[in-house]
Amino acid sequence: MMNIDHLQGQIGQWLKGIGPESDIVISSRIRLARNLAGYPFIRRCNDIDRANIEAAIREKVSQIDSFDNISYLNVASMNDVDRQFLVERQLISRELADGQGARAVAIEPNEHFSVMVNEEDHMRIQVMRSGLDLDGAWKHMDRLDGLLDSNLCYAFHETHGYLTACPTNVGTGMRVSVMLHLPALVLTGQIEKVFRSLQKINLAVRGLYGEGSQAMGDFYQISNQITLGKSEQELIAQVADVIPVLIDYERRARGFLLQENENELQKQVDSALDTLQQTAEISSEETMYLLSKVRMGINMQLISALEIPTINKLFIHTQPAHLQKLQGSPMDTAERNSARADYLQSQLKFPGHGGPDFPGLDQ
Amino acid sequence: MKNDLAVAAVRVIIKLGPQPRLDLGNVIKQIYPKICDPKTGSQSDVPFWKTAQFRLCGEDSALKCQQCDKQAAFHITDLTGDGVSAVHLCPSCAKGYLQPEDETQEDSPETADLVSLLSKQLKIGQTAEQLAKLDQKVCPVCGITFLEFRKQGRLGCPHDYDFFAEELEPLIVNIHGETAHCGKSPANPAAGDKSIFQLIRLRREMNEAAENEDYEVASKLRDEIKALEGKK
Repeated sequence: MMNIDHLQGQIGQWLKGIGPESDIVISSRIRLARNLAGYPFIRRCNDIDRANIEAAIREKVSQIDSFDNISYLNVASMNDVDRQFLVERQLISRELADGQGARAVAIEPNEHFSVMVNEEDHMRIQVMRSGLDLDGAWKHMDRLDGLLDSNLCYAFHETHGYLTACPTNVGTGMRVSVMLHLPALVLTGQIEKVFRSLQKINLAVRGLYGEGSQAMGDFYQISNQITLGKSEQELIAQVADVIPVLIDYERRARGFLLQENENELQKQVDSALDTLQQTAEISSEETMYLLSKVRMGINMQLISALEIPTINKLFIHTQPAHLQKLQGSPMDTAERNSARADYLQSQLKFPGHGGPDFPGLDQ
Repeated sequence: MKNDLAVAAVRVIIKLGPQPRLDLGNVIKQIYPKICDPKTGSQSDVPFWKTAQFRLCGEDSALKCQQCDKQAAFHITDLTGDGVSAVHLCPSCAKGYLQPEDETQEDSPETADLVSLLSKQLKIGQTAEQLAKLDQKVCPVCGITFLEFRKQGRLGCPHDYDFFAEELEPLIVNIHGETAHCGKSPANPAAGDKSIFQLIRLRREMNEAAENEDYEVASKLRDEIKALEGKK
């Protein structure tokens, strides 16, 4: 069975830069919130309740035949770096990492899905896909939910549907989100306008790490705001319908940038890559900022010697916990900034080659 | 009265603009006659409220925000036992001044939104007395009070959706625009059975009995739980 160190040597399927529209759409995600009927919601749980819920879910998960290869990790007993590592990979939420009492996560070895136990709700099931593939993600999710459902007794209300700790999730308990890379809309100053219009149609916009996070590296997650009164398919369509429009805006903004001043853009992109290849130390924020420029440069054929999956991987693998796992020891900020620069250099030195810890990517 | 002065704090906020102005000095004088007494209150030669009043009446239209140079829209005076501070700020700086960052909730923006949505909604058509009474309402299954829900934005158990139905419905409509679910439902037929919610109450009572070392009650409750669980 896989452990955390095993994850370190790979990148999640959802980051591989495959699937439709993957120059702009990083990933498609669906998550469901589910609670067991016989227990209070997490905020009213004492330690015994939490332990009982965790044990009940663990037992049922272990009985599912097709879950043989699933790793069930105890988040409560993990060290801080490992928890942070899972947050950076988007396999668990910050809330689960920082939470209290018995809590766990079940992870599919290719990172196609994960099930968080005792987050805000008893279960948060999430399915991830590379590129724009909400239908594929939903089919997988529906199957997964069915498997868990036949073994567990969910809290369900004849009127309000699946019951959740927060009334903002009641009904389907479903959040559909598509992560987009929108550097040209940011550069041309149109991003705010786009977001205002999305909010008008009840869609939420968040950063790379979800709720409350900054839009690092020009990544934005578009997701449904409401969860009740519409079927799962309708909610998916609500998000799916707007994505092609956003892709079109971003493509047009890229075209505009090329037309207006290709030389200037080329200079910016080259200088971003130079800095990443040569710097002796670099912060996580600056890395994200520069990688975003490089990623855009590759997609606009301004950089030819690098591939998108390499850059996708670097966004995640240059983050603090990933660097510390790579190093094998805890590092302070200054040490990380230096290790990050070394790592970037090693990964970007021979353009077109993903590096030794990244086998099988060339397919 | 002396003690009162030491602990109490008063904040007077005056919106600047075309509407008739309050005489700040008099307002403060009425609230705290002692502070306005040069012997016990302000230590400068000119009583503070006279300065404030002068600024308000004399330089109002040209008054600039002390934090950003925009035109000031609010004059905020804080009175505490230690003394007085007065600032004039534009709307956005005033917002930051009145809600300093360290006082904002640790919860996510979504929780904060929910909590404020709820409090707005409750203020409509409820007297303070009704609100206070509502806050005390306790779910018999999980023991959460309405006040706790209102503060955290998180419910205590599935039964809360029925127990607080009247209060939750307008909130749910506000968030989702609908109250009825129309998506998939669990294959497990026991999932909709509300008797299962009683397990939550029984488990809570069992824990309490165990804590009070009332093992006889605890073991009786455990049997009831087992019987109910068997029905699933």
